[in-house]
Amino acid sequence: MRYAMAIDTKKCVGCSDCVVACQTENDVPIGYCRDWVVEVTDGTYPQLETEIRSERCNHCDNSPCVRCCPTGASHYAEGGIVLVTKNECIGCGACIQSCPYDARYTHPDGYVDKCTFCMHRVKKGMEPACVAVCPTKCMYFGDLDDPNSPVSKILKTRKFKVLAPEAGTKPNVYYLI
Amino acid sequence: MDSTLPVDAQKSALKKIIDDVARNIGINKKFHAWMGFLTLLLFVCLYAYYIQLRDGLGVAGIRDYVSWGMYIANFVFFVASSLIGMLITAVLGLSGVKWITPVARIAEIIAIGFAAVAGLVIVSDMGRPERLVYVFIYGRIQSPILWDVTVVTTYVLISLILLYLPLIPDLKILSRNPMLPKWLQKTYELLSINWKGTNEQYQLLHKAIKIMSVLIVPVALAIHTVTSWLFASTSRVGWDSTIFGPYFVTGAFVAGTAFLIIAMYFFRKNYKLHDYLTDFHFDKLGKLLVLVSLVYLYFNINEFLVPAYKLKAHDAVHLKALFSGHHAPMFWSVQLFGLLIPIVLMLFKKFRKPLPLMLISLFVVIGSWFKRYLIVVPTQEHPFLPIQNVPENFKLYQPTLIETAITVASFVLVLMIITVLSKAFPIITIWETAHEKGIHEPEKLSIDKAE
Repeated sequence: MRYAMAIDTKKCVGCSDCVVACQTENDVPIGYCRDWVVEVTDGTYPQLETEIRSERCNHCDNSPCVRCCPTGASHYAEGGIVLVTKNECIGCGACIQSCPYDARYTHPDGYVDKCTFCMHRVKKGMEPACVAVCPTKCMYFGDLDDPNSPVSKILKTRKFKVLAPEAGTKPNVYYLI
Repeated sequence: MDSTLPVDAQKSALKKIIDDVARNIGINKKFHAWMGFLTLLLFVCLYAYYIQLRDGLGVAGIRDYVSWGMYIANFVFFVASSLIGMLITAVLGLSGVKWITPVARIAEIIAIGFAAVAGLVIVSDMGRPERLVYVFIYGRIQSPILWDVTVVTTYVLISLILLYLPLIPDLKILSRNPMLPKWLQKTYELLSINWKGTNEQYQLLHKAIKIMSVLIVPVALAIHTVTSWLFASTSRVGWDSTIFGPYFVTGAFVAGTAFLIIAMYFFRKNYKLHDYLTDFHFDKLGKLLVLVSLVYLYFNINEFLVPAYKLKAHDAVHLKALFSGHHAPMFWSVQLFGLLIPIVLMLFKKFRKPLPLMLISLFVVIGSWFKRYLIVVPTQEHPFLPIQNVPENFKLYQPTLIETAITVASFVLVLMIITVLSKAFPIITIWETAHEKGIHEPEKLSIDKAE
């Protein structure tokens, strides 16, 4: 099983509903977020292009954060999801520095926190909160090993990219372009 | 060595050394005032740490973008300053440099002070300090954090041994000294573990010191190299560099030597050691500081010129912030007043006299501290994936009062350790100084005198 997410940058309107849904679902403390929306403008006037992306932890196959964790609190869980066991985290911050995507933050309670792909929902057969709430349905979630999962199907038909491929992290969040 | 010195002359020369050194051992009014001041300051600062424990790391200025702030910069500075013990005792000692005799113990005490507190500084940056023990229980060998914990602990232990071994003959010499209180004499007797001063014992002692001096070289290099790897093993701009190891190590020698000079100046003045820590020693250390500063300058040029020549997209943002952006005033002050101007000044003999050299070293130490700040903080303001339209207050890091107070506390702790160690033990090696002056068997002579 390999969980992955695909996000359609052509459909995303940048409403930040996914951010609010995540904060509500996961009790994220005020002022912090596990996912966030980025707008990147490229080019010079009048040839401008804007890309809107909802970003989160990429649940990389080769995670620098899991590699550098001193206690093993950061680990790969079922389906390649990268998780932090909050009771084992000492809050040293090495993983925060090693992540090229800045996906992690120090929770006010001292441990490091990040996106879990809403594992508690996925286990029950539900979609992650951000995917479920998206008003333009621009997010797809599922198992890459299952050819019929929404994410496998969409990646077969559309062009996609990953963020910072040069970091060699083998991310599992795909952006449809 | 003058072997023809008559026994009486030897005795009186030895008595002078012992008196000069023993005078400073024990508690006096000055010590009370100084330690009282430090303790008061420590308690005020510990209250700040209590607030951090109660409310969490959020009370420090570290946020989403900059999550390693003043604490880590201070940690790097502490590890750096502690390397002086290795430079003096091992590198210079093993290569047979003679003038380090009166300086070595001061260097070793500084090393222990900084290395021991460096461990505490890292705890102050941990979100869950009560889980420190997990590093040992669940420790993963793949993590640079674990390497750092291992080598810092090893370094403190070897430094303690290197402080203790040369102390053994001195403790024996002083264990009958009537200038010291009875309980201290007894403690010294106990700690001198049956030292008689026989040739056999001296051979063993020299051998042990040599082994430990050789051992401490790789460990000391490791502590600062591993500290640099905490940064260099990430792919962030400004940290993603292959020369970070030697760059940090040479910077450490600069900070450590400068701190040693300052400490020597105060010991010489307050402990009245003008006959032992002479202008000659300051001159030599000044030259040493020029040497290590030049090597550090070389690494600085490497570290900044090469990426600045290429100006890769990510590096450009970072380097512009350092060279002409809002970090520029600090960056150029550090390079000028902490490195370039001191190098030029110290080339002249009159600036290597104790007082001017101490003042220059003060600038170098302050420069070194801010240099660490410039290594740690600006990089984090420029993440790997730049985000547009981020509010300024997300990015800019401003150390809070509580953070500053805890950092002050760490310095207070170092000063306390240095003060206590320098008051509890002879700060100048008696036996080595005696041997160099042609006094043989100082143990026997000093005990004869007491009887």
